[in-house]
Amino acid sequence: MESIFHFISINQLMIYLVVLMIFVGIELIEKVPSVLHTPLMSGANAIHGVIIIGSIIVMGQAENIFATILGFIAVCLGTLNVVGGFVVTDRMLEMFKKKK
Amino acid sequence: MKISILDFIYILSAFSFVFGIKLLGKPSTARRGNLIAAAGMTASILGTIFLNESVLPKNYPWIFGALILGTIVGTLMAKRVQMTQMPQMVSFFNGMGGACAALISIVEYNHFLHHPESGDGARVVILLLGLIIGTVSFSGSMIAYGKLEEKIKDFHLPAQQVVNMVVLLAIIGLVVGMSMGYITHPGAIYLILGLSAIYGLLFVFPIGGADMPVVISLLNSFTGVATAFGGFLYDNKVMLFGGILVGSAGTLLTVMMCKAMNRSLTNVLLGNFGGGAAANGAAKSVTGSIKEVSASDAAVLMKYSKRVIVVPGYGLAVAQAQHVCHELETCLEAEGVEVKYAIHPVAGRMPGHMNILLAESNVDYDKLVEMESINPEFKMTDVVLVVGANDVVNPAAKTDPASPIYGMPILDVEDAANVIVMKRSMRSGYAGIENELFYSPKTRMLFGDAKKMMTELVNELKASA
Repeated sequence: MESIFHFISINQLMIYLVVLMIFVGIELIEKVPSVLHTPLMSGANAIHGVIIIGSIIVMGQAENIFATILGFIAVCLGTLNVVGGFVVTDRMLEMFKKKK
Repeated sequence: MKISILDFIYILSAFSFVFGIKLLGKPSTARRGNLIAAAGMTASILGTIFLNESVLPKNYPWIFGALILGTIVGTLMAKRVQMTQMPQMVSFFNGMGGACAALISIVEYNHFLHHPESGDGARVVILLLGLIIGTVSFSGSMIAYGKLEEKIKDFHLPAQQVVNMVVLLAIIGLVVGMSMGYITHPGAIYLILGLSAIYGLLFVFPIGGADMPVVISLLNSFTGVATAFGGFLYDNKVMLFGGILVGSAGTLLTVMMCKAMNRSLTNVLLGNFGGGAAANGAAKSVTGSIKEVSASDAAVLMKYSKRVIVVPGYGLAVAQAQHVCHELETCLEAEGVEVKYAIHPVAGRMPGHMNILLAESNVDYDKLVEMESINPEFKMTDVVLVVGANDVVNPAAKTDPASPIYGMPILDVEDAANVIVMKRSMRSGYAGIENELFYSPKTRMLFGDAKKMMTELVNELKASA
């Protein structure tokens, strides 16, 4: 129990941030037309690819083979998520461009 | 100095994510929003590599190798995929993010085992939660991908709920044991990995293929949450920020998608759709005879109409008939017929699927009318041409309480004077149920591949012009 309170008190700011972000996320999506649901899902998919930063840190501090190999795979997969996510979203949205 | 520049970059990236999502919510700005978020992402990746002190320069070749490999493969996959396969592509990339989160946790846990002084119980919990959610998201996404590719069928375990509960409890037990320090066996984390993977499979297996977009959206928000745990792990605000943003936005998006189908999330998750429909086959069986029509008769009927509404569905997407569909529209307009498209929110395999397809073939954006606005117009319409759509025009959704799609809002095509249904066969749609509409006296069936039949219609119109 003590360790939980300790955790909360040292991570106060992060927890405030989490609570606020939940509301921001909801607020941002609330009035989106259903036409855009799929591109939005795909765009959000690319954004959580920010997990790649964690994999770069893992890879960057890797000292042994185990961490190097897993880190390498993690960076690869993270890049797939980011690049693939943004490119697919862009391809979908390309279709919405205004015609002359 | 280096670190404070990095912090600044992270703040800008976090801002770009929020702003990007905001812009993604409007058709006119959506593309810019995506590019802004991508730019922010690139900045934070490069910043992390060059400015983060724990990233050792000796590992640069590995990092760049992985980045280049991932970029090439990711771009190729994303560029080559056909518009009809977009949802499974999103699912696949989502799974990659989940797997990435899981791998990070495995490496960090091994580091912790060798250096127990580097963390405490809370850190282990965070790490394991990242692993579990990431893995569930990965295995679930892969199943969703397989289902949309039609490589995997719906599958119900006997006592599915009980099995799910047991797996979940086992995972929770292991997490508690490991965080309290009772379990220190290095293999324990792989047991969690395996159980989470199984949980992901069990979670998605029973859910019907037509509900996959909802599931993908939900798994997408799972990966967001896994990312947020990664943010806690490294005390990295931009990861936390992006993760939570996607987690909450994704959850709401999931709920909104369910609403568009007039179903609750629980209903979707328990797999009451496809599987349930087969079980309660007692739903009203449809009898009567169908009437076929030839392409030339259909063409004549449309040519002498005043108003025609096209109802596109998945069949249009599969046949890649969007271009010839636009051609048909142009031919009819040359004859003075008013043509519009009625877009059901869940037509196709993902929301907005039809809009994307038709926009690809240069159909005017204003001609694509959403369900609420077009439903009153069917009464004044001479011919409705249903192209490869089925469940979204099934009157059972309104009339038959036993039907699994009962309550789903549909397009009221029956109100029109004539309905021409273009379909490959009498096979039922994704919900696996019969459609009374096909037996209505107003309806005529035009059997064949959407692209082929559309081309025939266009040729008939041109010949008679």
